[in-house]
Amino acid sequence: MPSAKPFNLKQLASARSVRFGATEDQTDPTPEPKFTVSDLNFFYGRFQALHNISLVIPTKKITAFIGPSGCGKSTFLRTLNRMCETVPKTEVIGKILLGQADIYEFPATYLRSRVGMVFQKPLPFPKSIFDNVAYGIRVNHRDKASNLAEQVEQSLRRAFLWEEVKDRLHQSALGLSGGQQQRLCIARALAVNPEVLLLDEPCSALDPISTAEIEDLLFNLKTQCTIVIVTHNMLQAARIGDYVGFFLSGRLIEFDTAKKIYQNPSKGQTEDYITGRYG
Amino acid sequence: MRRRYPPLTKRITNVVMLSLTGVCAFMTVSVLFFILGYLVYYGGKSLSLSFFTQLPAPVGQTGGGMANAIVGTVKLLALATVIGIPIGGLGGVYLAEFGTGWFSFLVRYTTDLLNGVPSIVMGIFVYGLVVLPMHHFSTLAGGIALGIMMIPIAVRSTEEFLRAVPRSLRESGMALGASKSETIRNVVIPAAINGIVTGIMLDLARVAGETAPLLFTSFGNEFWSKGWLQPTASLPVVIFNYAISPYEDWHRQAWAAGFVLLAGILMVNIFARFALSRREHMVRR
Repeated sequence: MPSAKPFNLKQLASARSVRFGATEDQTDPTPEPKFTVSDLNFFYGRFQALHNISLVIPTKKITAFIGPSGCGKSTFLRTLNRMCETVPKTEVIGKILLGQADIYEFPATYLRSRVGMVFQKPLPFPKSIFDNVAYGIRVNHRDKASNLAEQVEQSLRRAFLWEEVKDRLHQSALGLSGGQQQRLCIARALAVNPEVLLLDEPCSALDPISTAEIEDLLFNLKTQCTIVIVTHNMLQAARIGDYVGFFLSGRLIEFDTAKKIYQNPSKGQTEDYITGRYG
Repeated sequence: MRRRYPPLTKRITNVVMLSLTGVCAFMTVSVLFFILGYLVYYGGKSLSLSFFTQLPAPVGQTGGGMANAIVGTVKLLALATVIGIPIGGLGGVYLAEFGTGWFSFLVRYTTDLLNGVPSIVMGIFVYGLVVLPMHHFSTLAGGIALGIMMIPIAVRSTEEFLRAVPRSLRESGMALGASKSETIRNVVIPAAINGIVTGIMLDLARVAGETAPLLFTSFGNEFWSKGWLQPTASLPVVIFNYAISPYEDWHRQAWAAGFVLLAGILMVNIFARFALSRREHMVRR
């Protein structure tokens, strides 16, 4: 049993106010649900990766999921836009509502145009910067292609990337730095105008400065869409999360406001994890 | 006294192994240059502009060229490409993107078997399939034989290059609301296209030198071929016929034809490698 706690709960809770100067989080007591998940179980073949997950992800907030590697948090994220379907021999049992509608009611492509996703590795398409952002628009709304340039600019501005790339829109996106590439991936996802943006450890391949830029960006984006982020980094969850969920071995141990989780977690396992005793 | 490191035995082993691998590497390279030198030495005298522009000269006359065989080979390869690439390429896309279960196992397995079928058997097969019903040899039959020979490698190389595209890149495409087929068309294939084209060019270079399947199909022709449905001369068959003839002139012509064929294949190879290196440069940054 380690004697000293590497993190102090109070310090963690104040991480956000230091970073963004926000005094208090504005988590209203009865948030409007964006996703309503009930009794979700997920199987890779015979291996059960998720056990009875039930929770409500509120609209226009940042919901962060933390937990050790292999705990199922990424798998959970991938069930939300049905990305998990692309892996063969998997099965989802349970119900996920987007707003009021079951996500299995509409085609996966339509769902994914409403629920965007950004992955761990910044992976632009091997095309120009412009074409990367335009891709989602071209695929989803062929009719709106007339003001394509405008929409691309808008998306790049929303991802705080416009100023850096406006003079080289038609150069290969692979020439950008890692942080820029990840913001390009966010711009690419935003171009489709999703209601929800899912981010799967978006900063784990980035240096601290690029990470800070992405966090700023997400913090600003939450006025426009719901953000669900999976992260290894519990400080990051503390900085930007309004709500935090803690996963362990495929189970959702605790889900509450960031304040509650970091100041007064109700489960011992949560406290052990966020104070660094294991994981 | 200071101990020397590494000890003598280790240093000797090192020198021996290094020279051994070096000699073997040198031998590998020298075989190609040896063949090239041999071809130039024996065929060089027959190589002139007329070799590329004129028809073969009758026995006993010097000069003459192989313009008809060069054009014939190009025509055969064009036909082979038209037949082999769509089937092989799309088959590869199927295996890489949709292939799971017993059917793709069957396809992959038979493709490898097809690759192992001796080329002369392929010639007899096309002879029975095309030449017999048409009652005469033709460029078309030769193109079909070479096209079938191209399929296995086209399938497997396309599949390999598509599989090399990271899974996360496909997911990025699908996460934007693109369907699987849209993602394959717009994201996966463009990401792999240089590799696929390279593989196909190497495939083409390989069948360019095939002789056996042409013996029963496109046959040969002393003159210009009168069309796609008529027999045509081709470099490999001309080399074969000239080499087994008793005439000294023809032997020299065969050497020269061999040199032209090899140089053409080398050029395609170098071009393909160049495209491949550019692709790696792009993807790896």
